[in-house]
Amino acid sequence: MTANEVTPDPLRSTASIGTSLLRRDGVEKVTGDATYAVEHPVTGPAGEPPLHAWLVTSTVARGRVAAVDATAALAHPGVVSVLDHTSAPRLADTSDAELAILQADAIAFRGQIVAVVLAETSESAREGAALVHVEQEAEPHASIFEEDSPTYAPEQVNGGSETDTLDGEPDEALARALVTVDATYTTPHEHNNPMEPHAATALWDGEQLTLHDSTQGPRPVRGTLAPMLGLEEEQVRVLAPYVGGGFGSKGLPHAPEMAVALAAMTVPGQPVRLAVTRQQMFALTGYRPPTRSHVRLGAHPDGRLEALRDDAVTQSSRVKEFAEQAAVPARVMYAAPHRATTHRVAELDVPVPSWMRAPGEMPGMYAQEVAVDELALHAGLDPVELRVRNEPDVDPDTGNPWGNRRLVECLRRGAERFGWADRPTEARATVDGEWWVGTGVAASTYPMLWMPGNVARIRSLDGGRYAVAIAATDIGTGARTVLTQIAADALGCPPEAIDLDMADSDLPFGSVAGGSSGTTSWGTAIVAAAQQFRADHGEHPDPGVETTAASGQYADMDGHALHSFGAVFCEARVHRYTGEVRVPRLLGVYSVGRVVNPRTARSQLLGGLVMGLSAALHEEGWRDPRTGHVVTQDLATYHVAAHADVQQLEAGWLDDVDELSTPMGSRGIGEIGIVGTAAAVANATYHATGVRVRDLPLTADRFLE
Amino acid sequence: MKELTYHRADDAASAVALVAADPDARFLGGGTNLVDHLKLGVTSPTTLVDVSRLPLDEVSELPDGGLRIGTNVRNSDLAAHRAVRRGWPVVARALLAGASGQIRNQATTGGNLLQRTRCVYFQDVTTPCNKREPGTGCSAIGGYGRYNAVLGASEACVTTHPSDLAVALAAVDATVVVLGPDGERRVPMSDFHRLPGDRPEQDTTLAHGELVTAVELPASAAARRSTYRKARDRASYAFALVSVAAGLELDDDGRVSDVRIAWGGVAHKPWRAEVAEAELRGRFVSEEAVRAAAEAELAAAVTDEQTAYKVPMVRNLTALTLTGLAEGATR
Repeated sequence: MTANEVTPDPLRSTASIGTSLLRRDGVEKVTGDATYAVEHPVTGPAGEPPLHAWLVTSTVARGRVAAVDATAALAHPGVVSVLDHTSAPRLADTSDAELAILQADAIAFRGQIVAVVLAETSESAREGAALVHVEQEAEPHASIFEEDSPTYAPEQVNGGSETDTLDGEPDEALARALVTVDATYTTPHEHNNPMEPHAATALWDGEQLTLHDSTQGPRPVRGTLAPMLGLEEEQVRVLAPYVGGGFGSKGLPHAPEMAVALAAMTVPGQPVRLAVTRQQMFALTGYRPPTRSHVRLGAHPDGRLEALRDDAVTQSSRVKEFAEQAAVPARVMYAAPHRATTHRVAELDVPVPSWMRAPGEMPGMYAQEVAVDELALHAGLDPVELRVRNEPDVDPDTGNPWGNRRLVECLRRGAERFGWADRPTEARATVDGEWWVGTGVAASTYPMLWMPGNVARIRSLDGGRYAVAIAATDIGTGARTVLTQIAADALGCPPEAIDLDMADSDLPFGSVAGGSSGTTSWGTAIVAAAQQFRADHGEHPDPGVETTAASGQYADMDGHALHSFGAVFCEARVHRYTGEVRVPRLLGVYSVGRVVNPRTARSQLLGGLVMGLSAALHEEGWRDPRTGHVVTQDLATYHVAAHADVQQLEAGWLDDVDELSTPMGSRGIGEIGIVGTAAAVANATYHATGVRVRDLPLTADRFLE
Repeated sequence: MKELTYHRADDAASAVALVAADPDARFLGGGTNLVDHLKLGVTSPTTLVDVSRLPLDEVSELPDGGLRIGTNVRNSDLAAHRAVRRGWPVVARALLAGASGQIRNQATTGGNLLQRTRCVYFQDVTTPCNKREPGTGCSAIGGYGRYNAVLGASEACVTTHPSDLAVALAAVDATVVVLGPDGERRVPMSDFHRLPGDRPEQDTTLAHGELVTAVELPASAAARRSTYRKARDRASYAFALVSVAAGLELDDDGRVSDVRIAWGGVAHKPWRAEVAEAELRGRFVSEEAVRAAAEAELAAAVTDEQTAYKVPMVRNLTALTLTGLAEGATR
């Protein structure tokens, strides 16, 4: 294997990149042939059928397990065994307390795994779980994120960013400023809820653990679980050929994967299946913690920012720290000589928060982009114009030149396409029958993230075909399709000539499908391998020859600030009698580098816009202060946008090629669609009604008169 | 797994006999709510008697101009029925405001009336709930309350009835036809559902083993000029925050000669707003008059931080609904 720099002119053609190649796995998925994590026909070495696991979870928010009485469960027909903290296999490493389940009697949140039932059928496992009697000793708990919750400064925030930044003298500058905003914005608990729940089938044959998992990263799961289980990485194989969505919740392994692995190790030779219930997902598979952002802006009368403060507080868990980086986007968005951003975390007796689509950027840009809308109002400026006036020449955070910042073009093009110029300046100016009508805008940004260490293998096959292998995953994004296109153009062959093998941890290293870094990182490795393959084997390779190459370093992250940008425009209608909000139009215009596949890219951007709309209008997990339990724990009570909520929806992009970021000229697109969207909706509801709502979601009662 | 016996009933009388004889037996209609409860452990019957295939699926016109709806008429078929749309538009609109297309295709008329609250605590067997387990306490008091009742609640239960159809039926004075072990009886909609009092486990006045066989709609001018409006947390597929079923008849001067107002989302049963109706009879319909009438009805409302919105919301929606009917608008 060679680790090499990708040389200039990395692509041999752009015949496939930029075309809307059909999804490679579309037919399997829509015809039901695609097998998901608990659908694989896995049997033991002697044909043993799978056992079924069911999780038993705590019903107190803090305390200890005094005793687990499995007598009734074990007496139930079909129940094979019950594992608890006294009987589960011991882990070699328990430092990751989220994953170190069934190792001790402590209960750290409601919904924690306290026992696992194994049975011959899923029905008997479920009934067995209901029959397990867990005697719990409850202790006082603090599980509600409140204004006076004690907080601390984490060492760093999610993504490895600095906790606090300070430039100049923001407090003094704010005190001097003639036009100011000083307001607090909140976002609630949000839960990822991919359509396929977290699920896995595990088989321990005595030496090797095989996990068919629903994950965004087979290699990261292997790399995390193996040492905890006391195994070499090579003893664990993780496969995820089809994944029914993740939205970040499957980016890191969570406790259920450890539960099924531990359970399988107690029954060598027998596969074990576990599908987490929808209700259990609200405690066991990560969520976006509530955030509270205190934003202060100080500007000159012409709207130019002089000072900016964003002080963000979020919720974490005593089990494991997760610090949502809500103030990070404020570091790059606008020019202001005096700036401060801080993060503080309240550590509570709650489940472990984790990645949810655009962690940091989503809640942070909601706060900031509503604050900027308020500033435009105070300065008497059009919100598009105010943003244009605050466009920084260089990255305010690093001082680096921008790689490809085209926010102003996104704003201008979006404004034109949306008909922004026709907008009345005043709020509460338009009535259409029973509805107040308004429009709003917000900017969007997402960093260009690139994961090191990716490796691809290319082998020539008969008939001019090529096998391309990398342990990447397609969680529904279209990765399988776009990586095929990248491989085709890198090798200079049609996409039909590529056999792509992925989603298996036995393949060369692929990083997580997260942080909008997948296509970027895996694609760079594939291009590097293709170049090396041609260098090694020429244009007419013998069948069977192969080259494996690592991506080396490509993106110019030290010399340039590499970010994507966008602008979201929204029309909102607010019912004059009930306060209900409807969004008849939503438009996003993005600068995301070269678009590898317009069909799958549009789908990602539209999906992000819908998820942002959903966060704006509906999503809210409600944690009961008495039990520490999110009681809105299904999709009937935790509302996400339904079809009728999504009306005219458009996503477009600038014609771009970003060769500073990747050899393909592309940047990631998975997350930017959700960023800024909720702010655009909130700003439109303000323009419709004159009522400024700073707390998501924008439910009807907020606008009721 | 919990074993249970499944009977497919041959006729209504034998279905009633089977269920009446066994306190742990239940009727199964479309199953859109009961099957959820089986999965959640909310109920654990030992016997299910499937009545969904009984030939009670006709909509027929009655000699007096009314309509008889068999209990097994699916919600989607009833909403599309021409006679319903013409003579009782409130019923068709209420049905279409509920659930999803798939659920409406499955759900039956009688089953819709017998669906149970969606209170999050009722549906979570790890939390106390007097409706699910009498005597354990009400978790919704002091808990998640956005969908709680503001009228007629008790210390034992503060939940709301989820049906849209039932609200419309209350407004048009429907009658529920019930078959029991001792024969048939007829229950006015106003007496069908009950307030929680100290027996919240009892949603209706039906005795165990009584089977809804039909719903009858009397014809009236107010039913012909009727509609349903629903405010909700998303544009479809959500239960009502509040809803209004209303019918209106005006005399030649334009004064109210007959008015029917029923509210959903505010109580343990469809709330017939009789005080408001009385206030409006003989008056001209105006937004101010309807608001005042609604406020008179809502004087009895008990709210907290989470439910306070329901009072202005249902007042406003009632004003909009009735002024719309007065103007001849049908939606």
